Amino acid sequence: MIRYNAIQEIMNHITNELIICNIGFPCKELYQIKDREENFYMLGSMGLCSSIGLGIALSNPNKKVISIDGDGSILMNLATLVTIKNQNPKNYILIILDNGAYGSTGNQETYAKNTDLLKIIKSIGYKYAYEYEKIDFKKLLEKDYTEPVIIRYKIEPGNSKSPVIPLSPEEIKNRFMEKI
Amino acid sequence: MNSSQAIYEGIKEAGINFIVSVPCVNLQNLFNLIKKDEEITYIPVPREEEGIGILTGAYLAGKKPCILMQNSGLGNSVNALASLCQLYKIPLLMIMSHRGTKGEPVIGQVPMGKATPKILESLNIPYYKPKTPENAKETVKKSWIKAEKEKTQVAILFEISYWKGDN
Repeated sequence: MIRYNAIQEIMNHITNELIICNIGFPCKELYQIKDREENFYMLGSMGLCSSIGLGIALSNPNKKVISIDGDGSILMNLATLVTIKNQNPKNYILIILDNGAYGSTGNQETYAKNTDLLKIIKSIGYKYAYEYEKIDFKKLLEKDYTEPVIIRYKIEPGNSKSPVIPLSPEEIKNRFMEKI
Repeated sequence: MNSSQAIYEGIKEAGINFIVSVPCVNLQNLFNLIKKDEEITYIPVPREEEGIGILTGAYLAGKKPCILMQNSGLGNSVNALASLCQLYKIPLLMIMSHRGTKGEPVIGQVPMGKATPKILESLNIPYYKPKTPENAKETVKKSWIKAEKEKTQVAILFEISYWKGDN
């Protein structure tokens, strides 16, 4: 399975959750699969997807917030996994699409290919850390958790032919803010 | 009024209610004031760039965001400031202890101290340098008003001499 199909699978179960999506192909693919006002598309600042999601989750505990991040971006800002655990927002789900590659820049290998991100995550103390393939994501979304959830989705490298998102940064921001 | 209290009062009058920080020795009294304030969500972060991401999320969710850091952290934040905050027009208040200025005892702080204003200028981020607590309180408040109105980031640099008012 490549990223496009993984995002399709995730979006099959989404209802009214807020989504922050990682820069590059993940954003373009999400836009192509299911554009919605509750999607915040990152057009810059690689590495900060997980942190933006944390800021929203902490500021609005009544909404479920999902960051769709990648292994390369998580490695760029690994410390935020520690921050998220220490702040412990129960309304936050971080999904890591782990293809072991920097997909948007030509599929160069990341260190996640050899270093198991889920092991790192568990060692930080996350109570709810899962492999996507081993859970029922629909049921997970329906359940209320007492701590943040991190899901690693193991996939193969590969990009779709999704076009550039036609929205301006301000359009993305304004329509997203109206949904919070 | 002492140096930290003045900044704190400016923060309160501005209505800032979400703060991230990375420590600087000059900011310790200010941290203690903010930690005690139940109206402010206070999130210590390991690295400033991460803090800019968290603040952006907080702003999207309706909060009034501010980062407290040493000017060295500006260097760690440049890409996030440009390709996140400027790109999406996210208002942000940046309160910085400006090390490497007159009276600096640590030689390692000097290069970044000199570069700091130039980095802000290159990003077109307006900045102010209040010298007294009275001026600081007003500047903090007005800077946030400017940031919010113009959807921009505004920096306030507090040089080493400013913090003598805490002693």
